[in-house]
Amino acid sequence: MSRASARERMGALLLIVPLLAFLAVFFLWPLWTMVRASVVDNTVSRVLPRTAAAIVSWDGQGLPPAQVHKALIEDLRQAEDQQALGETVRRLNSAVSGFRTLLTRTTNAVRDETNSGAIDLGDLDRRWKEPRFWLALREAVPPYTDRNLLAAVDMKRDAGGAIVSEDPGASANRLIMFRTFLVAAIVTLACATIGLPYAMLAAAVTGWKRTVLLLAVLVPLWTSLLVRTTAWFVLLQNEGLINGALQVLGITDGPLPLIFNRVGVVIAMTHVLLPFMVLPIYSVLLSVPRNLMQAAASMGAGPLRAFWRVLLPLSLPGLMSGSLLVYMVAIGYYITPALVGGANDQMISSVIAFYALGTANWGLAGALGVILLLVTMILYFIYGRLSKSPQLLGA
Amino acid sequence: MNTAKMLSVAGCVSALLIGWSVQAVQARDLTVVSWGGNYQDAQRKIYFEPFSRKAGKPVLEESWDGGIGVLAAKVKAGTPNWDVVQVEAEELALGCADGFYEKIDWSKLGGKDKFLPAAVDDCGVGAIVWSTALSYDANRLKEAPKSWADFWDVNKFPGKRGFRRGPKYALEFALMADGVPPADVYKMLATPEGIDRAFKKLDQLKPHIVWWESGAQPLQLLASGEVVMTTAYNGRISGINKTEGKNFKVVWPGSLYAIDSWVILKDSPNKEQAMDFIAFVSQPENQVKLPEYIAYGLPNKDAAAKVPADLQKDLPTAPENLSGAVALDADFWIDNIEELNKRFNAWLAQ
Repeated sequence: MSRASARERMGALLLIVPLLAFLAVFFLWPLWTMVRASVVDNTVSRVLPRTAAAIVSWDGQGLPPAQVHKALIEDLRQAEDQQALGETVRRLNSAVSGFRTLLTRTTNAVRDETNSGAIDLGDLDRRWKEPRFWLALREAVPPYTDRNLLAAVDMKRDAGGAIVSEDPGASANRLIMFRTFLVAAIVTLACATIGLPYAMLAAAVTGWKRTVLLLAVLVPLWTSLLVRTTAWFVLLQNEGLINGALQVLGITDGPLPLIFNRVGVVIAMTHVLLPFMVLPIYSVLLSVPRNLMQAAASMGAGPLRAFWRVLLPLSLPGLMSGSLLVYMVAIGYYITPALVGGANDQMISSVIAFYALGTANWGLAGALGVILLLVTMILYFIYGRLSKSPQLLGA
Repeated sequence: MNTAKMLSVAGCVSALLIGWSVQAVQARDLTVVSWGGNYQDAQRKIYFEPFSRKAGKPVLEESWDGGIGVLAAKVKAGTPNWDVVQVEAEELALGCADGFYEKIDWSKLGGKDKFLPAAVDDCGVGAIVWSTALSYDANRLKEAPKSWADFWDVNKFPGKRGFRRGPKYALEFALMADGVPPADVYKMLATPEGIDRAFKKLDQLKPHIVWWESGAQPLQLLASGEVVMTTAYNGRISGINKTEGKNFKVVWPGSLYAIDSWVILKDSPNKEQAMDFIAFVSQPENQVKLPEYIAYGLPNKDAAAKVPADLQKDLPTAPENLSGAVALDADFWIDNIEELNKRFNAWLAQ
């Protein structure tokens, strides 16, 4: 008996092996790579091993001793892997702007055959006389770092190693992240306000009316995100349909600012994400027996009271999962805010995209991703507690 | 009956699988990546399709919006799924230093001296000389703006302004609007005071700016009247004038020009063919067709000399357009883009 059940369990496990493999390859492994990229910092010690060994003995005062200079020249001469060297340069330039051209020039000079004699780095480029370049080099020696994670939340370590805030005006990741959560929350609220009545209507009617209502939700879902966003651009602009109609009807004198601001972003994102709210609520409502409302009426509840005490609590699971879906998708948006938003509507994913695609600074991109993931997980945890709590809405 | 059916289904499935795996093993066709929009439409007509006919093989194409990270990811993956890419000056310098590109075989191109000196690189061959400039709709503005100072003058020219999002271009144009002579812009930007000055100048215009990201957007903004002036890529302006009968104008003094180059991604499986493609598009008789569609300057000197005079006057390389224009300093931006972008984002968010 127990043997048979063990075999059954094995069978069941075998059945989910593809799922586990899928999760490992497409979820856990990329996630692990991202976390690793944000804290591992071994490129300098790998590519410039002599310099790394020599520079740790330097106390950070003034300029490093001659043997560090010599080690760096030797390292740059020996570095064979051009791509690894490039990674090092990117890492250092991200710490101090200017390292890129400095190292390129230095590498070319030390590899030049005619320069076989002693090379004075300070003569080669006067930037080598500035301690900040050497300090950045020394900071890059330890194999792990928290600088990316700190930079992701606008912090850094000062010369003494203490954690301090970035200078105001130097970075705005915290603000942009907060804005991302705020916009996502507004969009979720707007989706819930429109989606709940809509789903109830769609569940209440039958036949062709229901088909039309559902198609109205599904067709936009099948349309490209870019097309839908561009359509809003046409509708919302100053000489667009909405402003044109308002002015013809005499409701407004001039064009309302509907685009390139928060209003435009919320309108467009709400439209794009509405199906994710309507469909879960709709599917939950379908399973609610239709005679429940009649039963409530027969017991003396008016339509409002019946809605409040019966239908709304029953649709709550759908509303909750819909909200979660909309919120989670919304925090990752950046095409829509980029097209219809203004200067103050950019979301954190556009910053991540800049580092990942624009400058190949995968460490910082990973760190921003990790922070975003952490905050999202905390919010999800709070959501999980709230959605279990029976006090909510008197349900 | 049933067995026969099952067998035939199994046969179909295995045939499909074999077909699919054969295709996976077979080499991918040459993939060329450019910048989309009416520019890539023109390239398709004069480069991609003729080359494909000549080689007897299809040419796949994609478009992108730049970024060294995109190329880094493709090269680090082992075998890139792009072969030939048109890159901007910074991507050329960065990628070449980091070993992301194959070296160019200049003997196939007829020698380096056939090209503008700035279009010659170990890793890339110049594709176009293009310009970012002040643009406006001449049908809407009675008085023509002449300079970046006019661009900043919201009393004389009321209305919104379009600007490419990001510090690149914005800082240069701000300094020129503030009275810095074009030739001194990068000297000024190399100092912290110069950067502060540029941001301060941008402060004045900030409430009136609409930020755009891809090259097709400013055309849309101008066409819809959403902005009265915008920065835009000069070739797209002349392109839309031709195709849609617009009357958009470009202000050449104070414009920033740069060279885009063709590169071959490292370890591309179609290296040979990629080199042939670059040679093909660099031949004067092929390159000379470009200005008919889109007004970009030609890096091949023989091709540039053959452009008819009526098209010549719209090119960034025309001598009268070059006076007062500035060459984009790729070295400045590869050093400073990360730090300045951070500051730019913080400035935007204020």
